[in-house]
Amino acid sequence: MPTIAPSAAAKRAPAAADSTAMTPVSGGPAAGAAGLPESAHIQYVLRLADNALVLGQRLSQWCGHGPLLEEDIALTNIALDQIGQARLLLSHAGQLEGRGRDEDTLAYLRDEPDFRNWTLLELPNGVGAHDDYAIVIARNLIFSALQVPLWDALTRSGDAGLAAIAAKSIKEARSHLRHAGDWLVRLGDGTDESHARAQAALERLWPYTNELWAVDPVEQAVAAAGIGPLTSDLRPAWNATVDAVLASATLKRPADGAFISSGKLGVHSEHMGFLLAEMQSLARAHPGAKW
Amino acid sequence: MASAPSAPPATSLLERARARVAQIPDPEIPVVTLLDLGILRDVRMEGERLVVTLTPTYTGCPATQVIAQEVRDVLAADGLRDAEVRLTLSPPWTTDWITDEGRDKLRAYGIAPPARVDPTACPIGGARAGTSARATGAPHPPVEAVLRFVPQAIACPQCGSTSVERLSEYGSTPCKALYRCLDCREPFDYFKPY
Repeated sequence: MPTIAPSAAAKRAPAAADSTAMTPVSGGPAAGAAGLPESAHIQYVLRLADNALVLGQRLSQWCGHGPLLEEDIALTNIALDQIGQARLLLSHAGQLEGRGRDEDTLAYLRDEPDFRNWTLLELPNGVGAHDDYAIVIARNLIFSALQVPLWDALTRSGDAGLAAIAAKSIKEARSHLRHAGDWLVRLGDGTDESHARAQAALERLWPYTNELWAVDPVEQAVAAAGIGPLTSDLRPAWNATVDAVLASATLKRPADGAFISSGKLGVHSEHMGFLLAEMQSLARAHPGAKW
Repeated sequence: MASAPSAPPATSLLERARARVAQIPDPEIPVVTLLDLGILRDVRMEGERLVVTLTPTYTGCPATQVIAQEVRDVLAADGLRDAEVRLTLSPPWTTDWITDEGRDKLRAYGIAPPARVDPTACPIGGARAGTSARATGAPHPPVEAVLRFVPQAIACPQCGSTSVERLSEYGSTPCKALYRCLDCREPFDYFKPY
């Protein structure tokens, strides 16, 4: 992965008193190229935030393209929930950071290596040029089946602000899980075509689930501090949910492989840059614009 | 101005502000007020300043900011330009906070009010109790009850029949689902329990 030349950020005029409109676009405060100045706590909240934001962006891309009107509305509503959660989490991360970065700065003016979402969530909504509803539904199932126990654990977080966000978000995650569960069963236990595509979607996404369970120093520090669980501890609950839905959907659980994606470490797939370009272009073209 | 007689007016000012804010209609469902919805959490004086505390419904509800602005506008029109609007997340809003009067107004407006939120209605794969997220040994409720849509007893706001079907879990706003009555054939919104 290319390193960010520290000089680029350092050379930028520090924008005197008006710090909000012109905050540096990339992560660290003129830190070394490999430096990750954020504490584990902030990084952890950013992971949660970016997961919500990036999935919200992917789901928003279905606006006006849903396979039927009701699903068009469903996906945009779920996207709205994700973006709402992302806003709360990004604001919280900005407050923890204490450098004056607000939700908009964090969403629109960070560069790709500063995003901490799981790679799973940035993958396109289909394969090649073709959007595939099975991919969207399978991903929402994989994600929300983990978000429900994750938010539940986070309602007991030592970070009171995060616990408050979790207590709201879990209500929304439950309805997302129900939506994805309903549809995956409908697709899997549907026609030969829908079954085959649902199975193919699972096969395509499954390799990216290893990242969910990969323990790293950020999670260890956060777990030790009582701020969040080790996601790997939630795996049995996730297994139970996913296996139950797959059984009902007559779908086969793909085998686990060895590949571990690395989005949460800031090393993303080739799709992430395009996603960010679309999401950030307006804010970057018109810095500080209000409407 | 800070002489003794200012105390009684301050109280009546607070009362007046509280009454004004309570009557502000929800921008999406204007038949119910902020008070009916249970999103108005507190109105108080902090020193010289009036502070109104609201709680958002859904995290991404676009109405939240409109409501906050409405509160400021209504108070400003009443001469209270310095009022502060605070948003609080905790405790999280639930549809159980919608008042009985609010429920009646919703029904009269054509929206079926939400069923009471039963905390056991949405159990998670065993991870509900205790302080640890480890859920290995916990019993898992049947898949149909947790992960799939289960029809509930919802009454048609037009004719009262409970013979209804769900058309879409997501409707015109994040908080509503779309249903149809199988007796009078009218489609209607259902305010989802949250």
